Amino acid sequence: MRLESVSKSYQHRGRTVAALDNASLEIPAGDFVAVVGPSGSGKSTLLLVLGGMLSPSTGKVHLNGHSLYELSPNQRAEVRRQKVGFVFQTFNLVPYLTALENVQIPLYLAGVDEPAQKERATALLERVGLGDRLDHKPPELSIGQQQRVALARVMANDPEIILADEPTGNLDPETGQQILDLLEDINREGRTIVMVTHDPRAAARAKRTLRLHEGRISSASNGVPAATRRDSNRTMM
Amino acid sequence: MHLRKLVWREMFERKNQLATSFLAILLGIAVVVSIKNITFFSEKAVAAQLDALGANVLILPKSVSLQDYYSADMQNDEFPEEYVQRLALSDIQGLDNLSPKLSLPVKLKDRSFTLTGILPKSEFQAKAMWSGAGIFARPAEGCGTVADVPGALRPTAKETLVRQRVIEDLSDTEALIGADVATLLGTKEGDSLDVLGRTFTVTAVLPQTGTVDDSRIFAHLHAVQDMAGKGPVINAIEIVGCCKEISGGLVQKINKLLPDAKVVTVTQVVDTQVKTNGMMARLSLIFLGIIVLVGGASIANYMYANVYERRREIGTLMALGAGSGVILKMFLLKALLLGLAGGVCGYILGTVLAVALGPRLAGIPVLPMPVLVVWAIGISVVIALVASYFPARRAARLDPCATLQEV
Repeated sequence: MRLESVSKSYQHRGRTVAALDNASLEIPAGDFVAVVGPSGSGKSTLLLVLGGMLSPSTGKVHLNGHSLYELSPNQRAEVRRQKVGFVFQTFNLVPYLTALENVQIPLYLAGVDEPAQKERATALLERVGLGDRLDHKPPELSIGQQQRVALARVMANDPEIILADEPTGNLDPETGQQILDLLEDINREGRTIVMVTHDPRAAARAKRTLRLHEGRISSASNGVPAATRRDSNRTMM
Repeated sequence: MHLRKLVWREMFERKNQLATSFLAILLGIAVVVSIKNITFFSEKAVAAQLDALGANVLILPKSVSLQDYYSADMQNDEFPEEYVQRLALSDIQGLDNLSPKLSLPVKLKDRSFTLTGILPKSEFQAKAMWSGAGIFARPAEGCGTVADVPGALRPTAKETLVRQRVIEDLSDTEALIGADVATLLGTKEGDSLDVLGRTFTVTAVLPQTGTVDDSRIFAHLHAVQDMAGKGPVINAIEIVGCCKEISGGLVQKINKLLPDAKVVTVTQVVDTQVKTNGMMARLSLIFLGIIVLVGGASIANYMYANVYERRREIGTLMALGAGSGVILKMFLLKALLLGLAGGVCGYILGTVLAVALGPRLAGIPVLPMPVLVVWAIGISVVIALVASYFPARRAARLDPCATLQEV
């Protein structure tokens, strides 16, 4: 996954606000990157741009060697369906569906038949410790359980990349640790994780940390700068 | 998980909002179904009653007015009997009971009566050249015949002449006499009656009608023509036309076929029926318009609100890989289900209302009309889909990023 001189600006009350400013970045397969920075520094924008949800004003985003934003919106949806999983701070579970049905959604969108959907979704919910909560709707689950359902949902289509936006932001420390444990497990399976967080303890669980300030990637710790990593790392996309 | 389940579950998540839209379409469809149902049976009943009234179309010589015909009972002008043949061979619909007549004044026991020559049905059918063509080739549609009006007795053979203006069989020596003739002459069925030198056997005394028919003596047309010595002529053709056909231009068609004759209708009766039918049709259209506006606006409003409320869910689905087609289908399937439910329930409610209220409002029995279920569902589904299309399109075009960031 590679960002090439990506800028994203918004118009806000007649002013141009730069959410990302000439950001370049390469994330190799299997990496676990924490993105930190103050509020409004462009962290969530970076995540959405990486996930094909927000087209940059300038620059390119490459995924598997293809320029993501040269694809049509429906083709980008297809890429998300097959390769990318999102985890949200507010979990974004569908409130009127059970835990099992929530996990089935990506499988339905991928065209998997219903018995196979159920089998896979049940296995994933058991893996996150919710085998006894299959028929519970989100309001009937605790906050931590809801985030675990969201993690099971993100794993449904076996994505190569997981983009997590403050996954522990709404959780108590103990539940947050459980979620981070799960994310580490997922990363150990070879999946790439990019996690936006405000929490230094959560960031410390990542392999490296990127700091964003006013839309610019100002520093990277525990890792090698993008320019020098490009040749030495296997890129996933 | 599949699209139907997703839509079904969501519909019951926001039941109150859904109920408002559902009620709007349900009540609208119910009212229109009810009006259509009652109108159909009302038209049928009125048409039957109108047919039962007797002749409602008269063909007269050009110089004769309707006033003359009824006040003087007869006139001196005639036209050829061949006009009957022309009518019978034509393809004009709604002329099932033709009754040609020739009337002569007669004096019996110093009293004035009218001898009226009529042509029995058997005479039409006996003519080989008429069989298989024109009116006899048409399927019997009940038009021009006395329908069974609820509460009324079936007409006897004698009454058919009074009400239908035709009789099945009548020989050259048979006569039927009006009630006044029978009373004044002291004649009863089976008696002989001498008229203008001919002897007829009275085969029936017609029931009292309160009209000029009470002082008529009916005999075979050809016998009366012989007695008049004017050849094969008649001075009127009475027709029991269907009011539907009369309103559909029957008079103009006959005028075109018989340019030398005058065609008049019992306009007051027909006009009233035509006006009632027209009013009910307009009322149906007005209600249909109201449904389209109120039902459609209600559904569109509900759908827009639904899209707005669900933008995070839509954004999440898009983040999970749903394309715009899936989102569009999700909302249109919901509209389809709403339309189907509104149509079916509207038909049931409308039919129950029609069956229950029809006898009280229109004084007629009303039966369910299964054909209206197709109509109700069709209208309801089309309204729901059209009203939901733009909200659904808006949902499909939502910026997933904006929806996730703003909520």
